Amino acid sequence: MEAIGLGLEVARDMLVHVARGMEASKDLLTELDRAIGDSDHGIGMARGFEAVRLEIADKKYDSLGRLLQAVGTSLMASIGGASGAIFGTLFRGGGAGLQEERTFTSGALARFLTDGLAAVKARGGAKPGDKTMVDALEPAMIAARERASEPLHASLAAAAEAAGLGAERTAGMLAVMGKAKTLGERALGHRDPGAVSTHLILKLMAEFAAAPGAAGGA
Amino acid sequence: MQTKKIVNDPRRVVPELIDGVIAAYGGRIRKLGEKNALVKSELPQGKVGLLVGGGSGHEPLFAAFIGKNLADGAACGNVFAAPSPDTILEATRALSKGNGVLYVYGNYAGDNMNFDIAAELAAGEGIPVRTVRVWDDVASAPADRFTDRRGIAGDVFVIKVAGAAAASLGSLDEVLRVTTKARDATRSMGVAVSAGSIPETGAPTFDLPADEIEIGMGLHGEPGVSREKMLEADPLVDKMMSRLLADLPFRRGDEVCLLVNDLGATTAMELWIVTRRVHQVLAGAGIRVHDTLIGSFCTCQEMAGFSISLLRLDAELGRHWDAPADSLALRKA
Repeated sequence: MEAIGLGLEVARDMLVHVARGMEASKDLLTELDRAIGDSDHGIGMARGFEAVRLEIADKKYDSLGRLLQAVGTSLMASIGGASGAIFGTLFRGGGAGLQEERTFTSGALARFLTDGLAAVKARGGAKPGDKTMVDALEPAMIAARERASEPLHASLAAAAEAAGLGAERTAGMLAVMGKAKTLGERALGHRDPGAVSTHLILKLMAEFAAAPGAAGGA
Repeated sequence: MQTKKIVNDPRRVVPELIDGVIAAYGGRIRKLGEKNALVKSELPQGKVGLLVGGGSGHEPLFAAFIGKNLADGAACGNVFAAPSPDTILEATRALSKGNGVLYVYGNYAGDNMNFDIAAELAAGEGIPVRTVRVWDDVASAPADRFTDRRGIAGDVFVIKVAGAAAASLGSLDEVLRVTTKARDATRSMGVAVSAGSIPETGAPTFDLPADEIEIGMGLHGEPGVSREKMLEADPLVDKMMSRLLADLPFRRGDEVCLLVNDLGATTAMELWIVTRRVHQVLAGAGIRVHDTLIGSFCTCQEMAGFSISLLRLDAELGRHWDAPADSLALRKA
C-alpha cells in the first residue's frame, strides 16, 4: 500500500491545484485577517500562490523535495511578511528530508508535515495554543502520521480534517504572536487566518488526491 | 466604502512608489534589479552598512531615509508586509563593504523572521550582520514585556543616530552599541481618529465610530490601550504624555528630541496645536527640548491621528543627532 501515491508530475499538478484554490480564497482570508490582523493575509497568499503556479506549472522536478522547496522559495520571495516567512519555511523545511523521494505517498506526507512543523516552530517560536497556523498544522501532522500506512487520499483527508478542526479551535484562543497579540479578548471568536490557510492548503491537496484519475490510491 | 486613492494598478504601488523615490534622489540611489531594494549609488570601502526596511504603506519610512548620516539602503516589502529574505539579502550584499551591515527595523513578527533569515544567509556568505529592532510604542505592551512592543515613528530617531554612527565609527559593534542606546532611549505613543486602507482592498483596516478615537492604535490598525469619545487636543496630549513620560521614565533635567508625527491624514494645523501642548507639558516637567520635528514621517496610509516620540539625549546621542542629514524625508543643516 505504501508505494501508492502521486508521481512527480501529478504531485506538481496537485500543487498547481492548491495554488489556484488559494488564489480563489483571497477575499475569505482577507476578511478573516481584517477582523484580527492588518487585512493583508488574503492578498499575500493569493500573490504568493500565483507566483508558485507561474513558477512550477511548466517545470519538471527530479524529486519531491525539490518541488516542495521550489514552492517554499516562491512563497517566501513573493509574499514577504510573516506569512511569507512561515509558509515558505513550511514548504522549504518540509521538503528538506524528501530530496530523494520521487513519489508523494502517505509516508512522504507525514515526513513533510513533521519536518515542516519543526521548521515553522523553530523560525516563529509559536507553540500550540498561541492562535497561529501551528494550531492547524500540528493536528494535521499527528493525523498524517497515524495514517502513514494508508493510501494517500485517506491520509490527506484525515490531515485536512484535523487541520480544519484545529483552525476552528483557534477562534477560542487568545493571540500571543503577531499583530493580533495586542487584541486580548477582542480576538476571541475569530479564527486565525494562517490556521485557515493551512487547512485550505491541505483540503485542496486532499480534494485533488481523491479525484478520479489522480492515482492517489483511491 | 472604497477609499479614493491616486494610484494606477493597486498591485503595482510598491515598484511605482520606488520609481518615484529614485527619480527624486536624482541618481544618488539605485534599485537592485527587480528587487524592491534601494541602496546608495556610491558607498566607500570599509563603511559599516546601515540597512533599514519594512512593509510599504508607511511612507516616507523607510526608503526616503537613505542619505548622509542616515541609512545606506532600504528593503521594501509589499504594503504592510515585511520584505522577503531575498530582497533583504540582495541589499545586504550591496551594502557590504568589508565591515559588516547593521539592520534597523520595527519589531514585528514578519520583519523579525524575514530579516533573521536574510542575516543567516548573509552570515553564510561571510557578511557579518547585527540587528537592532525598534520597539518604541509604549501602548503596545507593558514595560516588563518591552520586547513585545512594536516599532513606530521612533524608527526615525534610531535611524538618524545609527546613520551618523555608521558614518563616523569604524566597527560594526560600536555602531550596534550606539544604535542600541538610541533605541533604548526612545519612546512613542500614538492616537488614531480614523482608519487608513490598503490599496488592493480599498477598505479601511478597522472600524472606528465617527465620534471615537483609539489611543495607542498601531500603524496597521492594531488595537491600542483604550477606545474613547473624541477629546480636545490638550486633554488628549496630556493623557498621552503622562503615559509616555512615566515609561522611560523621562525626568526633570533631561534633554530630548521631539517628533510629532502625522499618521497620514492629519493637518499641520492640528500637529502644531499638539506640539504647542507637548512643549507646555515638557516645560512643566522640567524637560528641555533640544530639537522638534513635525510632519509625516511614519504613516499608515490615510489614517488620521498622530504620534508623539521622544528621544532622551546624552552627549554621544546628541552629537549623532546633530550631525547633518540629507535625505528625501529628513534634512538637517
